[in-house]
Amino acid sequence: MDPIIILQAGVASGTILLFATIGEIIAERSGVMNLGVEGMMLIGAMTAFSTAIATGNPWLGLLVAMLAAGLLSQIHAFISITLQGDQVVSGLALTFLGVGISLVLGEGLSKAGTVSLLPSFTIPILSQIPVIGPIFFTNQNILVYIGYFLIPISWYFINRTRPGLHLRAIGEYPAAADALGINVFRLRYLYVFIGGLLAGLAGATISLAVSPGWFSEMTTGGLGWIAVGLVIFAQWDPFRAAFGAYAFGALRRLILDIQGPTMIFGLANPFYYNPYLGFFLQMLPYAFTIIILVIGSREAMRKRIGAPAALGKPYIRGERGQ
Amino acid sequence: MAESSTTQKKPTGIRIRFEPRLEEPPKWYPLVISILALIVALILGGFVIAFAGGDPIRSYQHIAKASLGSIGVISDTIVKATPILFTALACSVAFRMKLWNIGVEGQFIMGAFGASAIVLAPVLGAETPRWIFLTVMAIAGMAAGGFWGFIPGYLKAKFNVNEIISTLMMNYIAIAWMNFWIFGVWSEGGFQMSPKFPKGAWMPRLLDFAGSNPDLRGLTTHLGFIIGIAAAVVIWVIVYRSRWGYEIRLIGDNPQAAKYAGINIKRNIIYVMMLSGALAGLGGMSEVTGVVHRLQTAPIASGYGFTGIIVAWLAKLNPLVIIPVSILFGALILAGREIQPSGVPKVIQGTILVCLIASDFLIRNRILITRGESGE
Repeated sequence: MDPIIILQAGVASGTILLFATIGEIIAERSGVMNLGVEGMMLIGAMTAFSTAIATGNPWLGLLVAMLAAGLLSQIHAFISITLQGDQVVSGLALTFLGVGISLVLGEGLSKAGTVSLLPSFTIPILSQIPVIGPIFFTNQNILVYIGYFLIPISWYFINRTRPGLHLRAIGEYPAAADALGINVFRLRYLYVFIGGLLAGLAGATISLAVSPGWFSEMTTGGLGWIAVGLVIFAQWDPFRAAFGAYAFGALRRLILDIQGPTMIFGLANPFYYNPYLGFFLQMLPYAFTIIILVIGSREAMRKRIGAPAALGKPYIRGERGQ
Repeated sequence: MAESSTTQKKPTGIRIRFEPRLEEPPKWYPLVISILALIVALILGGFVIAFAGGDPIRSYQHIAKASLGSIGVISDTIVKATPILFTALACSVAFRMKLWNIGVEGQFIMGAFGASAIVLAPVLGAETPRWIFLTVMAIAGMAAGGFWGFIPGYLKAKFNVNEIISTLMMNYIAIAWMNFWIFGVWSEGGFQMSPKFPKGAWMPRLLDFAGSNPDLRGLTTHLGFIIGIAAAVVIWVIVYRSRWGYEIRLIGDNPQAAKYAGINIKRNIIYVMMLSGALAGLGGMSEVTGVVHRLQTAPIASGYGFTGIIVAWLAKLNPLVIIPVSILFGALILAGREIQPSGVPKVIQGTILVCLIASDFLIRNRILITRGESGE
């Protein structure tokens, strides 16, 4: 129950959510809501693990995971962008499909044995900083460090670059963007694909770095859905997403650690003496997601900020209003 | 809509174009499109089976034989269809209002829990007459499921909390809640299940009447299916023939117009979520009293809520169409249990849903096939 260790593990586990959440933020900023994150993550986790086993190369696993999830995302892109189908149902279908395909292709993978994982290391000077050093820069996986870079890069891309301006334009007012010569359709395909790549990366982060292995559906265990919830809490901002993701990671670790000691705060630990109470701890991440949704939604109502205006609406050329 | 990505040039000079439909398509048309989508999905599913190392034709033959081959397996199919009937009805009322209740799975679980609590708490003694037992259990199941629907409904109405995420999170919470009781409080001798219910808390089954009619021997179809059909009729009347149903449909089709018409949208969100949850809860009660006869995680939390989403969508949210479609999916699930690997039925379900929403495009748009270089 060392708080430093909980936070350190929380950052590692939060990296999964970080990738998936930023991927979904990018897709949603372009106006496409993809509820298939859970399915894409599971595909990513499965392909990463099986490729790493087959080739012995975790980096190749990472690459295949991203491409596989990116490919899956294009089904959603085709239905929601070209066929103008309902994005909620299409995203759900993508989750069914992703979960099903991973179970079929991942059959027997849980007994496949160990695999070489992506490397973890300590950053020499930064790890000496008190508190921050041990939490963020000591013995973390390389993907965790990549995550640190992704936060400012994605923020800068969305808010300070010309392609980022186009991204926001097609999500807020696609008709105006179209009139300016921006190809709404092609860009939406692209950003859904990038969202898929990041969801695949999130899946690979699970199976090749943070909690290695393949545990069928429980590999993700709803993390993809939590990521979709975090997007709303984050109000489509990568920095808020990072805060939420790491806090969530720490919560997940705390739930595991709190059941260990016999004494807690000088009292007998009820979770140690009655392990069935652990089921209530299991509820916490999900209950917490609902709570942050309430917080995020209330804030959005008060500040009158909200989702990208065209989120969830297919863009139809020549239709009035949009 | 002459957008390049939807225009295909055929080498013969025939052009296919899509134009938005201005008038309603004929009544038979969506049905035909849905059936075609289903066939395409089954063909695609066949490829998946082949890819996973199976024989698609034999698998489908097996599904047909194992689900519709004899009166006994037809009865089993109906048993599997019963929970789906309830969950699909629950989805259909909510979806009709564009309220995305993805939490039917959790509401179903809570319904099973609420009904079981009557036996296990115990609220009623083992000697209680069957009709009192079942009535009280049905009310408890509906109340528990309705409560589980009320929470996200209230949060949506009050704080505009996205119901997709909140209902989904409620699913995970429901499973942990049920596990707490099964593993901890009501565990039978340390096993992960509650004790078996007394016979008085069992839904009547066809085989109960085998004494007077030997043909019914071994048939496990239970009263839950009849209750489900009755529920479908009631929901149909509510949605298509009542003032409340008119409000629900108007909010779903055009929330702005509904607002100007003075319809209280927030109240309807809460009511519809409660109705949806109560239907799912009744399904949970029917499953636990009709099939499982005890509270146990695996048979209760096995994805009926998610299958209900697909069935509701395939039935175009029409409560009466849901009845045959849920039987079809009951067959798929019943036979699918034996198909290896175990993920195959999920892939087929996912493929069906993908093909269905893709096919909606053909309902919203007209296909124009023209000869010559340019159709302009």
